[in-house]
Amino acid sequence: MSAAMNSHKTMTIGEGGLLAFIVVGGLTSLVVAGRALDTPMQIHSFIFALAAVLAGIAVLKRYYDRPAELPPQEIDGLPNYNMGIVKFLTVISVFWGVVGFLVGLIISLQLAWPALNFDFEYVAFSRLRPVHTSAVIFAFGGNVLLATSFYVVQKTCRARLAGELAPWFVAIGYNLFIVIAATGYVLGVTQSKEYAEPEWYADLWLTIVWVVYLLVFLGTLWKRKEPHIYVANWFYLAFIVTIAMLHIVNNLTIPVSIFSSKSVIVWSGIQDAMVQWWYGHNAVGFFLTAGFLAIMYYFIPKRAERPVYSYRLSIVHFWSLIFIYIWAGPHHLHYTAVPQWAQTLGMTFSIMLWMPSWGGMINGLMTLSGAWDKLRTDPVLRMMVVSVAFYGMSTFEGPLMSVRAVNSLSHYTDWTIGHVHSGAMGWVGYISFGALYCLVPWLWNRKALYSEKLVSWHFWLSTIGIVLYITSMWVAGIMQGLMWRAYTELGFLQFAFIETVEAMHPFYVIRALGGLLFVLGSFVMAYNIYMTIRHGEREEPTREAAPGMVPAE
Amino acid sequence: MSIMKRHTILEKNSLLLTVSILVVVSIGGLVEIVPLFYLKSTIEKVEGMRPYTPLELAGREIYVREGCYVCHSQMIRPMRDEIDRYGHYSLAAESMYDRPFQWGSKRSGPDLARVGGKYSDQWHMEHLINPQAVVPASIMPGYPHIAERDLEVNVVRETLRTHQFLGVPYSQEKIDNALADLRAQANPDSEGVDALLERYPKAVVSDFDGDTSRLTEMDALIAYLQMLGTLVDFSIYDNKANLR
Repeated sequence: MSAAMNSHKTMTIGEGGLLAFIVVGGLTSLVVAGRALDTPMQIHSFIFALAAVLAGIAVLKRYYDRPAELPPQEIDGLPNYNMGIVKFLTVISVFWGVVGFLVGLIISLQLAWPALNFDFEYVAFSRLRPVHTSAVIFAFGGNVLLATSFYVVQKTCRARLAGELAPWFVAIGYNLFIVIAATGYVLGVTQSKEYAEPEWYADLWLTIVWVVYLLVFLGTLWKRKEPHIYVANWFYLAFIVTIAMLHIVNNLTIPVSIFSSKSVIVWSGIQDAMVQWWYGHNAVGFFLTAGFLAIMYYFIPKRAERPVYSYRLSIVHFWSLIFIYIWAGPHHLHYTAVPQWAQTLGMTFSIMLWMPSWGGMINGLMTLSGAWDKLRTDPVLRMMVVSVAFYGMSTFEGPLMSVRAVNSLSHYTDWTIGHVHSGAMGWVGYISFGALYCLVPWLWNRKALYSEKLVSWHFWLSTIGIVLYITSMWVAGIMQGLMWRAYTELGFLQFAFIETVEAMHPFYVIRALGGLLFVLGSFVMAYNIYMTIRHGEREEPTREAAPGMVPAE
Repeated sequence: MSIMKRHTILEKNSLLLTVSILVVVSIGGLVEIVPLFYLKSTIEKVEGMRPYTPLELAGREIYVREGCYVCHSQMIRPMRDEIDRYGHYSLAAESMYDRPFQWGSKRSGPDLARVGGKYSDQWHMEHLINPQAVVPASIMPGYPHIAERDLEVNVVRETLRTHQFLGVPYSQEKIDNALADLRAQANPDSEGVDALLERYPKAVVSDFDGDTSRLTEMDALIAYLQMLGTLVDFSIYDNKANLR
C-alpha cells in the first residue's frame, strides 16, 4: 500500500514528533562520535546513531505500510488490545533471562577457578559482575515488568494501551539502554555505584524512556472502562514513580565533558554512600518487589481462578510496604562511618518491613483458598506459589540480617550473596517464569503450553539449583565471617585473609553447580516457550468480554 | 471501616494516587539523607585530609573502571578483629573527597582502606599483573593490560575543574598545574616534585612501575593504592572530640 493511494493519510503528531526526535538525536550522536574524547564514548555514540537510523527507517516504514485509519480503540464493543508490544517484550525477556543467568554462571566459575579470567580485561570478573547483575535485574526483570505491566494495565482497565509508537519507544529505548549499559561495563565505563553503574549519558537516556513509560501507563489508566484502578496497577505505578525518583537523585552527575564518558557525582563520601544505598535497597524494594508484587496480584488470582484473598489487606500491604521500604537503606551501612542514628533508623524500619512483606505473602498464598488442589495439577501455579514462599523466606532473612549484631557477622560475606539470590532466583525468577508461562499461550492464542512436563523439569532443576546455591552461601558466608573474627588463645588473629579465601573454594564450586542447574532450567523454559509459539495447538480467541479482576470484599 | 471506604477515592483518581505515592515514598529518604548535609557532627574534624593529586585521581578512575570495588571494600568497621587486621577504623572524613565513594559491599578480597604503604610498589605491580605469582591461593583476576597501557591524560584538567565546581578545594593553581603535577609524581627526579608536594602534602612520589620513561596506567593505580588511608594524622586525632 503506498502513500499515494491514501491521499488523506497524514502523519500523527506522535509519528512526526518521534521522527524529529530521532533526527535530532541521531545528529547529536554523530557529532559526539566525531569529537569523542575516549573510545567507549565513540562506540556508544555510534550505537546511538545506528539506533537512530534503524528507528527512523522503522517509523517511516510503519507509516507507509499502515492504513490511513489508526487501529480502533474497540472492535464490536470490545477493547482492541495492543498485544504486539507485549509479545515482543515477552520474547526478549526470555532472551535476557538466559543471557543473564549464563553470565552469572560464568562469574561463579571464575570465583572457583580464577584462571577462567584469562588475564583478559574484557572478561575479568570485576567487569562481568555488573553485566550479570544488570542483565538479570534490569534486562530480564525489567522486560518482564514492561511486558506484564503493558498486559495487565490493558486487561484491568479494559482499554487499549495509550499511544501507538510510544509503547514501542519505551520497549526499544529500554533495551537500547541495556545494550549501552552492558557494553559499557565490558569496556570499563562505570560510575561504580552498585546497580546504578551506567554513566551519565545512559542515565539521561533511561530518564527519557522512563518518563514516556509513566505517560503510557497513566494514559492507559485514564482511558479505563473500569471505575476502580486494580491493585496490581497501584504496585506498577509505585514501581514506576519511585524508580524514577531514585534513579534521578542517585545519578546526579556532572559530565567532565559532553564528549567524554566520564562524570563526577554531585554527592561525596558519606552522603554518596547514604544516597547510593537509599537507591540500592529500594531498587530491591520497588523494582524487584513492588513491580513483581503487581505480577503476583494479577497472575496468581487469574491462574488460580480465585479472587485476591483480602481487599483490605492489599490496601494495608500496599501503603505500609511503600512507606516503610524507603527507610531501610542504611542497613547496608551498619558500623560504617554513617552516623549511628541513621543506621538505627534503617535497622528499625527494616525489622518493621517484615510485617507488610508477610502481609503481602499471606495475601498471595491465601488467594489459593479453595484451589490448593491445583498445585498438584498445574506446574505453572506451583512455580508462582513457591515464588511467594521464597518471598516470605527472604523477607524474613532480610530483617534478620539488618539487625546490627547479625550484620556485623554477615556483612561483606557471601551470606549476603546467598540472601540476594534466594530473593532473586526464588521470588523474582519464579514469579517471572510463572507469568511468562501464563502469557505465552494467552498472547499467541494457544490452548496450552507445548509441554507441562517441561515446566515441571524447569521447576525441579531450578529448585535444586537454588537450594544448592543458598545453602552453600549460608555455610560459606557464616564461616567466612567467623574466620575473620577468630582469635587464637594468645590473642592473635587466627587466620590470614588468604586462608579464608581458600576455605571458600568448595562452596564456590557447589554454588556454581547450583547456578548451572538454574541455567539448564532456563534453557528448558526457552525451548518450551519457543515450541509453544511455533507449534502450539491453536485456539480461537474468545470474543466474549472477560470479567475484570475483582478483589474480594 | 470508613478509611477503607475512602480509599476508593484514590482508586478512582490516578493522578491523586500518583501524587500520594510520591509523597509517601519521599518521607524516609528526606529524613535520613537531608540531615547528613547540615549536622556538623556527621564528618569529623581531622588533620591531613587533602584532595587527590591528579595522578591519584587518575589511578582512582582506573580502580573504578576495573571494578575493584566489586571485591574490595574501603571501610574498616570499629571491631577488634578489623582494627587488628586492617588498622584504625575508617572515618567519615576520610571519604569526604570521594566521588563516588568506594566503601564497597563485599570482601572477596581484603579491605583496602589502609593498604597505602603496606606493600612495595614492586609488589603491587607484580600482584596486579599476576596475583597468583605473589599470592598463590588468590582468586583475583590478573590485570596485565594496566602495565602496558599509557595513561590517558586528555581530560585531567576538566576532571579537576568538575570536582572544583562541586566544591572540592582544587585551587586554580592546582588546575593549571594538573598535567605537570601528574607527571612529576611518577618521576622522583623531575623538577616539579617540590611544587607538587607543596600543593599536595604527603603525596607519594615514586617511579611506581619502575619505568620513568613512560607514564602508564600502572603508575596511576599504584599511586592511588599507596595513598589509601594514609592522609589523616592519627597521632593527633582526638576520638573523644568527635563523639557522635
